[in-house]
Amino acid sequence: MKIKSKWILIGISGIFLFFMLVLPLISVIINSLKEGIGFYFQSLATPTVKSAFGVTVLAAVIAVVVNTIFGIAAAWLITRFSFKGKQILSAVIDIPFSISPVIAGLAFLMTFGRMGWAGGLIARLNEALGTNIQIVFSVPGVVLATVFVTFPFVSREIIPVLLSVGKEEEEAAALMGADGFTIFRKITFPHIRWALLYGVILCTARALGEFGAVHALSKTRGETFTLPLEIDALYLSNSSESITSAFAVSSILVLMAVAVLIIRNIAEHQAKKNEENH
Amino acid sequence: MRKRGKKRAAALVLMIMAAGILAGCAKQTDSGKDGTLTITNVSYDPTREFYQEYNKIFEDYYRDTYKNGITVVQSHGGSGGQARSVIEGAKADVVTLALAHDITMIEKSGLIDSGWIKEFEGNSSPYTSAIVFLVRKGNEKNIKDWSDLIKPGVEVITPDPKSSGGACWNFLAAWQYAKVSYQGDEEKMKAFVADLYKNVSVMDSGARGATTTFVEKGDVLIAWENEAINTVKEYPDQYEIITPSISILAEPSVAVVDENARKDGAEKASEEYLKYLYSDKAQRLIGEYGYRPSNKKILSEFSGKFDLNVNLCTIDDFGGWDAAYETFFADGGIFDEIYDN
Repeated sequence: MKIKSKWILIGISGIFLFFMLVLPLISVIINSLKEGIGFYFQSLATPTVKSAFGVTVLAAVIAVVVNTIFGIAAAWLITRFSFKGKQILSAVIDIPFSISPVIAGLAFLMTFGRMGWAGGLIARLNEALGTNIQIVFSVPGVVLATVFVTFPFVSREIIPVLLSVGKEEEEAAALMGADGFTIFRKITFPHIRWALLYGVILCTARALGEFGAVHALSKTRGETFTLPLEIDALYLSNSSESITSAFAVSSILVLMAVAVLIIRNIAEHQAKKNEENH
Repeated sequence: MRKRGKKRAAALVLMIMAAGILAGCAKQTDSGKDGTLTITNVSYDPTREFYQEYNKIFEDYYRDTYKNGITVVQSHGGSGGQARSVIEGAKADVVTLALAHDITMIEKSGLIDSGWIKEFEGNSSPYTSAIVFLVRKGNEKNIKDWSDLIKPGVEVITPDPKSSGGACWNFLAAWQYAKVSYQGDEEKMKAFVADLYKNVSVMDSGARGATTTFVEKGDVLIAWENEAINTVKEYPDQYEIITPSISILAEPSVAVVDENARKDGAEKASEEYLKYLYSDKAQRLIGEYGYRPSNKKILSEFSGKFDLNVNLCTIDDFGGWDAAYETFFADGGIFDEIYDN
């Protein structure tokens, strides 16, 4: 009986995964090679795709750095200190999980856009300093949007680990006279590093693929477009060649995602081993 | 074991950072061309291919005439949405949008000096177009005119007039047909247009999105003539164009975004960019890309391409764009009325 239901479940999830995930992804790869391998590489080397690649990687790297620093600080704060409004802080961090990314984009637009409340402030600042800093519809806006949507990933991975480890070791170290940074480096970090890496990976994957929030803030192809927006633009070019190019660029994102997946599994595996060692 | 894991994690972080720094450097060298002026043209959806070519000939012309390089950057999307982003602060030295009303909106926000419509010839419309139907080869549903679009079982694709300028022209053309058919009986006209929009299965935010949707599904796409011509050119065995008995002369408008151009020191270049659209060379390119050149002589060179005898109403039949927009597309207007029911 038990064996039978096991095979039924394997069958259902196997069929489901095949049709929902594997088949569409394979068709992306096949479509991307429709015009031959030469065309494939040619469509990856156009100036707009290169620029989109640069913007995407830049936004992802900044998002990872910012969210790692913030995530460790927030996780440390939430698990090691008690203060008023802790529950609220913990809930606020999760907002990007539950809010639609396009709302994030529009919120930045309403804040830093020409009609937004901070828009005039930026214009006056630019006038005073003689600069031309633009936030919305330029790369800083794209970075902001990416940071926003990837905000909770790192802290959410670390918090459960810090909670399960407890603070006895840290307190002992403090009693022996270790300062805060030494405690973090020698005791806390070794516990959280695999969770941290896992969070960083999730954060990267999300940053690479973000469309909605960035779409609201980025309108210029070849300057502020990220890879997902470039794919959309290629697809909307409405010639069969550019649609193949769209699939070629998509295949790059798919390959990046597969790479991230593999690294993720290694991280997970190491994290388990790490736990067993204790 | 633990030490090795640590090293690996560190190597990963380093790799990711290196990729980022490389990307940052690549970007810097990209924009390092000294002395080259860059202007941004914010345009509507189907002009993607035309401006790509036009920018090339303009860049050559400008370099030869002024001994100074220029780069034109493009942005495309539904016309209404594009106007919105310029108002919100998107970089735009010139706008080339689907209808005058969208430019008036930008003018009202203070970015464009009033009187822009008289700045260039022909109400600042260097090219015009018409609204036609695109159907699948063989025209199985036998679609000949607007009255065929309300038949049960006909699946119509047209974009959303709230964000797409082309969609506004589509709506007005249908309205004009109803007006003639029902001799101005407003209730019947509303019922006709309501029936038509009941048959609309997908409403994209821009004309190009509607075209790509139509490639996958639907019986008829109400489209810009230029968009229809180019789609047939791209897929000759799959589609054909049907010209309805009544259509509308769609006049996309162009304007310099004065405030931004002044800030960028690109007033002259921006004006030159739009003026050059009226040159013979550009007018021929316009014709080649399926838009009707505003220059009558050059238009006649393309008489084989366009149905020059089609019965076209104009925006003046609706009292101009400001009145038309207020009546039909503003919140609570006729479009909302028929679409909500």
